[in-house]
Amino acid sequence: MNRTLLLSLQILVALVILVLWHLATNTGLFGNPKTISFFFADPLKVAQRVIQWFVSGSIWYHLWITLSESILAFLLGAFGGIVFGFWFARRPLIAAVFDPYVKAANALPRVVLAPIFALWFGLGIWSKVALGITLVFFIVFFNVYQGVKEVSQPVLSNARMLGMNERQLLRHVYLPSALSWVFSSLHTSVGFAVVGAVVGEYLGSAAGLGYLIQQAEGVFDVTGVFAGMAVLTAFVLLVDWVMTIIERRLLAWRGQ
Amino acid sequence: MEAVRAVSLKQVAISFEMAGKTRFDAVAATDLNVDAHEFVAIVGPTGCGKSTLLNAAAGLLTPMSGTVEIFGQPLKSLNRQAGYLFQQDSLMPWKTVLENVAIGLEISGVSQSDARKSAREWLARVGLAAFADRFPRMLSGGQRKRVGLAQVLIRNPKLLLMDEPFGPLDAQTRLIMGDLLLKLWSEDRKAVMFVTHDLDEAIALADRVVIMSAGPKSRIIGDFKVRLERPREIGEIRHDPVFNQLHRDIWQALRDEVMTAYRQSSGETA
Repeated sequence: MNRTLLLSLQILVALVILVLWHLATNTGLFGNPKTISFFFADPLKVAQRVIQWFVSGSIWYHLWITLSESILAFLLGAFGGIVFGFWFARRPLIAAVFDPYVKAANALPRVVLAPIFALWFGLGIWSKVALGITLVFFIVFFNVYQGVKEVSQPVLSNARMLGMNERQLLRHVYLPSALSWVFSSLHTSVGFAVVGAVVGEYLGSAAGLGYLIQQAEGVFDVTGVFAGMAVLTAFVLLVDWVMTIIERRLLAWRGQ
Repeated sequence: MEAVRAVSLKQVAISFEMAGKTRFDAVAATDLNVDAHEFVAIVGPTGCGKSTLLNAAAGLLTPMSGTVEIFGQPLKSLNRQAGYLFQQDSLMPWKTVLENVAIGLEISGVSQSDARKSAREWLARVGLAAFADRFPRMLSGGQRKRVGLAQVLIRNPKLLLMDEPFGPLDAQTRLIMGDLLLKLWSEDRKAVMFVTHDLDEAIALADRVVIMSAGPKSRIIGDFKVRLERPREIGEIRHDPVFNQLHRDIWQALRDEVMTAYRQSSGETA
């Protein structure tokens, strides 16, 4: 299928949904429009609200907060995951001893930690960063662990025969191999960093996109909720797009 | 005093611990010498422990008993004087061709610019000057072997260990690679241990062909001097009467072993 046709079909899907939504909330086609728009909001009003947020500039502060929480959670979580992943992969005894605890910690639904983090780190950004870290850490950790364990044996033997010592092996073989696994899970881990930030904000904060949505829900402002969701979706798509570009540059050696 | 040998294996026996506490005796007590500047090919049926013997000379595995001496010194850890060309893909896929070739010098303390300059020269010698900035996955199997050759030779090892290096390549590419190897080798005639299951390849390349018996407990059952003139042209040499006579002699010795190995492997699967 050629690109233009595909793109027009994709746009068509969005248009159909928007038109149906608009008809349902403004005409009597699907029932009482007042009731429907109470539950589903009016698409035009949602659009108006989004535009109003951007025009007045009030949204930038919340976006900035959510973005910085996500970035911090990703960087710190990824760093921890890389360090511990390496450590566990190179020390089988440690990995064996801690195995059940790692599994237990990973099995815990992280949402329940949010109130505890709020208690420990306050309602500012750090409680959200902490929540994001607990999500990102395990993804990166398991990927690095796998990446170090699955270094190709001939590549490793070859590097040894070329004269590499342990430190050089780490730098030229183990680290690139592990990082390739981290990068290939970049979308997932960055996505989880955003989830951690937004859920944290939703459960208790004074700023951010999650806070915006939670505030709107508190006063049955369905338009505000949908506007918040629209901005959040666009935000995540944008982050994902940036990740794709970064991934393409860093994993050029692997090809598509 | 006798000249110092590049490799001297004395009564080397190698076993592997298998699951269930059984032991697999791969190689029985074996003596093998490779002189400096000598090209020795080791031929044997599949699974006869040729590569195992090579890995013992590389220091990648330690023999159960016996001693390994490299240029007169007992080998205690990894063999630092040897370059090893593996059968499988062993280039670092995350490094470009140039980086892969230069790395051996860089890690030994040569400055990056000098190492890369030298790497470019080596790439030119193996005919890949135009591919310096590609990644290994973008190359064909034969091209990757050329890079591997440059990667190993740039360190100028005194001993070259080769484990069926051209095994995965197609017949034509193998001929070309063989010629390239001989051309590079003839410049300074390093000692070479070349493992292969291809008798033609062994005779065409080597000064001496060593035959190993089928495993387990494989041992050396034949040792043939190759009296063919150098420089050799691998494609042509197969029509030489000396080549054919030697091929017949060696095949006679090898055939029974191949059959034994074949019976054993088919017996296991039955």
